[in-house]
Amino acid sequence: MSTTRSRIAIGQTTRMAVVVMAMAMLLAACGGTAVSPTSSVYDSCVKEKLAVKTAGKLTLSTDNPAYSPWFQGGNEGATVWVGDYNNDPAKGQGYEGAVAYAVAAKLGFTADEVVWIQSAFDQSFAPGAKDFDLFLNQVSIKPARAEAIDFSSGYYDVAQGVVTIEGSPIAGATSIADLKTAKLGAQIGTTSLDAITSVIKPDTEPAVFNTNDEAVAALEGGIIDGIVTDVPTAFYMRDAQLTGGIIVGQLPSASGTQEQFGIVMEKGSPLTACVSSAVEALKADGTLAALLTEWIADKASAPVLK
Amino acid sequence: MTAARSARKGTLVAVVSTLAVATVVALSIGSSPSWPLVQKAFFDGTYFSTSLPDVAGAFFINVQLFVLAEILILPLGLLIALARSITSPALAPLRIFATVYTDFFRGVPSILVIYVLGFGVPALRLPGVPKEPFFWALVTLVLIYSAYVSEVYRAGIESIHPSQERAARALGLTRFQALRFVVLPQALRRVVPPLLNDFIGLQKDTALVSILGVVEAFKQAQILKSANFNFTPLMTTALIFLVITIPMTRLVDRLAAKDRAAQQGGAR
Repeated sequence: MSTTRSRIAIGQTTRMAVVVMAMAMLLAACGGTAVSPTSSVYDSCVKEKLAVKTAGKLTLSTDNPAYSPWFQGGNEGATVWVGDYNNDPAKGQGYEGAVAYAVAAKLGFTADEVVWIQSAFDQSFAPGAKDFDLFLNQVSIKPARAEAIDFSSGYYDVAQGVVTIEGSPIAGATSIADLKTAKLGAQIGTTSLDAITSVIKPDTEPAVFNTNDEAVAALEGGIIDGIVTDVPTAFYMRDAQLTGGIIVGQLPSASGTQEQFGIVMEKGSPLTACVSSAVEALKADGTLAALLTEWIADKASAPVLK
Repeated sequence: MTAARSARKGTLVAVVSTLAVATVVALSIGSSPSWPLVQKAFFDGTYFSTSLPDVAGAFFINVQLFVLAEILILPLGLLIALARSITSPALAPLRIFATVYTDFFRGVPSILVIYVLGFGVPALRLPGVPKEPFFWALVTLVLIYSAYVSEVYRAGIESIHPSQERAARALGLTRFQALRFVVLPQALRRVVPPLLNDFIGLQKDTALVSILGVVEAFKQAQILKSANFNFTPLMTTALIFLVITIPMTRLVDRLAAKDRAAQQGGAR
């Protein structure tokens, strides 16, 4: 991961200062891996030394609404993440909510020192300074995207799934070939759309919606035959959003490389190396696996379509 | 001689002041320390050239949509305008309907209408009712722009002096004939520039179809933007829209100037 990251940093930036800064961070990260993580990951990643947006606080961000199983626990008392099915990320529940607080703890921030702000998906990669330190919103790591922002190490291995409803032409589909004639939909900005065009390659152009909610409305209205989304969201749609929802199955990965969700930080963020180390440490000590069992459990995978 | 000289002097002053303003704007934007970041995010040459074929291809859907919509809006808007101009008490329901229609569809945001029609109506699953997003986008644009266009027509009709109709009636024309042969020909000529103005708005609003999942130019740009976290494809779309709308605006200007000349100078 470190080597990939440094190649990207050096390849993309022309300003010497940024390169030097990135190198320094990488050196710090490499030095840090030898030290066994205690309350914080390593010496230079302690709370006091981290260049966070608000001193003494870790400002986290996600989009609104925040859906299960990524964020859970409801929104009682929340002023921003309001409405049915929405979840206040400050509850620290759901897989991303829990990972966010686990990363914060690794960096030495208590739950009280974590502040949540809302950012739209597009705001997370708009040019310039960001209001947040870390943005967690099921963002898939891609090299082209890493030119605009920094990614942490991946904290979730993504698989794409197909969900439909009773009565749809693909309700009984058992293979990728069965999906060829389907009108499929996906949310914009997701790698689910890539999965449709590169794995399923359907005869009809996929429909692309601004949000998953609109894709669900289109599925219910018969405008599309099925939705491609990450597998836990597919289960959520089946269980909470659709009447008569059916999981058709899971898609094999497109390129052979495992797609991962990463934490987004502003380009050249001084936190990137520390946050990546924190994620790696959480992976190594089994925390991520435990959180996965706790919040996503058996909803992380479905039978793979061939 | 002096007139020609002062015209030349005027052109020179215009050129110099335009260049001066442009230079100041360019320098102040370029001097921003964040300009390289913004330039990379919004004006990246590579992303521009790679997005151009995709966005231009998707723009065909916008073209289809606005051509079909314009063909439908022109007669529908006129019918509504005429319904609103009815004075006969027996036909009052028609006039009231036309008034409510224009009030409603000019008053609600287009985006709401497209949501309700595009997602709501197909969900009723009524037999024989189309569920195609393109169809419902077309219906939305026709409903909304017919309301605008009908008001343009009505303003044109009302701008014709009442003496014109009275004179026509005095010559023995019926009320309908007076409208058809005296009032409308004059009114329609006057409303051409504002009509074209509304159509420019319509062309831009074809991007609304993207809400229903249709991959037209704007949605295609958004897909590319989100895939690479770079906003340049949106600029590509802007350019494609401008290529269509700027000639339209120039045409509107020219027609307006011609009409003014005809009204004031009498020379046809």
